[in-house]
Amino acid sequence: MTVQPFDRLTATAMPLIRDNIDTDAIIPSREMTSVSKKGLAGGLFAGWRYTAIGGRDPDPAFVMNDPHYAHARILLAGRNFGCGSSREHAAWALAEYGFRAILAPSFNPIFRGNCIRNGIVPVELDAQIITQIAAANPVTVDLIAGTVSLPDGSAWPFALEAEAREMLVEGLDAIELTAKRSADIAAFRAADARQRPWIYL
Amino acid sequence: MGKTLFEKLWDSHVIADLGGGVGLLLIDRILLHERTGGVALESLRDAGRDVLASRQTFVTMDHIVDTLPGRTDRTIMPTGTQFITATRRAANEAGLTLFDIGDPGQGIVHVISPEQAIVLPGATLVCPDSHTCTQGAMGALAWGIGSTEAEHALATATLRVRKPKTMRITVNGRLGIGVTPKDLALHILARFGSAGANGHIVEYAGEAVRALDIEGRLTLCNMATELSAFSGIIAADETTFDYLQGRAYAPTGADWDRALAAWRDLHSDDDATFDVDHVVDAAAVAPMVTWGTSPQHSVALDQPVPAFDAASGRDTREAHDRALAYMDLKPGQSLTGLPIDAAFIGSCTNARLSDLRRAAAILRGHRVAPHVKAICVPGSTSVKAQAEAEGLDRIFIDAGFEWREAGCSMCFFAGGESFGQRQRVVTSTNRNFESRQGPETRSHLASPETVAASAIAGILTDPRNRDAA
Ligand code: SF4
Repeated sequence: MTVQPFDRLTATAMPLIRDNIDTDAIIPSREMTSVSKKGLAGGLFAGWRYTAIGGRDPDPAFVMNDPHYAHARILLAGRNFGCGSSREHAAWALAEYGFRAILAPSFNPIFRGNCIRNGIVPVELDAQIITQIAAANPVTVDLIAGTVSLPDGSAWPFALEAEAREMLVEGLDAIELTAKRSADIAAFRAADARQRPWIYL
Repeated sequence: MGKTLFEKLWDSHVIADLGGGVGLLLIDRILLHERTGGVALESLRDAGRDVLASRQTFVTMDHIVDTLPGRTDRTIMPTGTQFITATRRAANEAGLTLFDIGDPGQGIVHVISPEQAIVLPGATLVCPDSHTCTQGAMGALAWGIGSTEAEHALATATLRVRKPKTMRITVNGRLGIGVTPKDLALHILARFGSAGANGHIVEYAGEAVRALDIEGRLTLCNMATELSAFSGIIAADETTFDYLQGRAYAPTGADWDRALAAWRDLHSDDDATFDVDHVVDAAAVAPMVTWGTSPQHSVALDQPVPAFDAASGRDTREAHDRALAYMDLKPGQSLTGLPIDAAFIGSCTNARLSDLRRAAAILRGHRVAPHVKAICVPGSTSVKAQAEAEGLDRIFIDAGFEWREAGCSMCFFAGGESFGQRQRVVTSTNRNFESRQGPETRSHLASPETVAASAIAGILTDPRNRDAA
């Protein structure tokens, strides 16, 4: 699957700053009704977003239904965002809805990998910085410079491994990248099969 | 300088260093289930790609399939049938080994893999499922991935992996009588928190871990993902080798001897250093239960519901209050004695034969309290068959438990069966998130023993005190 390349984005950031938001809260299991990566945006945060389970009446108390954040493309979150089930549907739903970057103090590792493979930039920043950002909009995420900045000029650097940055910036398909090494892989497996024949059933 | 077990496994599987701490790792085993595997296989096919190592790839039906007796492809979950049929079709097209409904090898992916020696010491194993860390208990590097990564692994027999840091949790001494591996897992979560191992692979070591049987080790590693760890791992030893020998996919003959020789080197060297080293005293662990909506919200059963503690740096006050409100509990309230509506024994955490035996020992000759809905779901078809051969099914049924077919069942809610709104469930599973077991269901995680004792009493009960209850 090809994903949209990402270099620099200035957009409204929607605050959902709670710790330990799990993937079932991001996309409840009951909203994953088909063997597909699509049609998930409507189920994003469904448990909080709608007044009734399975319903579609917006709950005005939930931040996503605040018209101010209607065009948010950046999400501000709490610690350990995306914990729980490994379902990639969480990243697919966020991407389909339009989120391109998530700013949180920490991410669950599987969810973080899923973001990178679906064109969503996972940005790790201190909780205090995220609170500060929540009070100011719009926010700029610059993946080339590796910074997050605000209109008043304040800016913070963030870290992302080169591999992830390259994939996000170029919108690269990891399988194609790896396929370039298929000869190395075949040679490694052949040598390994002599060492550990029991692995090769 | 010596190497950790993890470093040995990493180094022996690195095909290329991709820079920035990312390695291209050889993947020895891929496991899929119908919840997330079908979509990976279909997407792979749509991209015109094949499964490279099809004989090293296994598929099971566990998440969506019903667990009621007489089950078919039809499911209580609306649209569930599609997951089953699409996964079956894709698995057959790709020529993969499938443990389908009705197959004696069917069961929860993390239960059947050790059971059939699909996972082996020294192997790398991935599955698009967060509890793949369970299988690290066999001395394997086993971790959960997303569906897109699963496609990558299927197409190339490799993954591009960011190398985690290393953490060791050494559990000294011995667990007390009536204290279980599940209690140890919850104790570790209460102490280190739900992000306590973020970015790390956790090696569980020490006397108390060595003393655990394989099933206990699987329970302990199962909950490494709740620490946000990359995975959990326990060095293979004689206990592991004895367990594996003779199982379906274990090496045989001369290969077994060669494998054994190789596996004996797979442990952390004495002079290896870890990025983080923690020590836990096994004697300090008591039967545990969760009070909130994260597995880190655990306390000893005889302790009250905790008040918010800013110093712990764990939760915000809002998160703490939200958890209490969801669970309808107040700080200072006693957990022992809390009335329950339902009891569940199942899941990849605690539904193996030894779990069922220990729960049955408590249930024998008793009935669950009249208002309690009690369900037991064996972790695999093989566990179910063995339990029935021992007569455990009679004990569960006579006590008032439903006795089900193997699968994930009500460990999680997929839109089908659930325990119902505001129902309070004591459960041997691994996640007590909001609505995990059904919309607004309140889950209290505990050991199978605690679930059994609580089911009889109708209230949360320390299994060690059940005669007094
Ligand atoms: S039993 Fe529960 S935790 Fe385990 S694999 Fe199934 S749904 Fe996941």
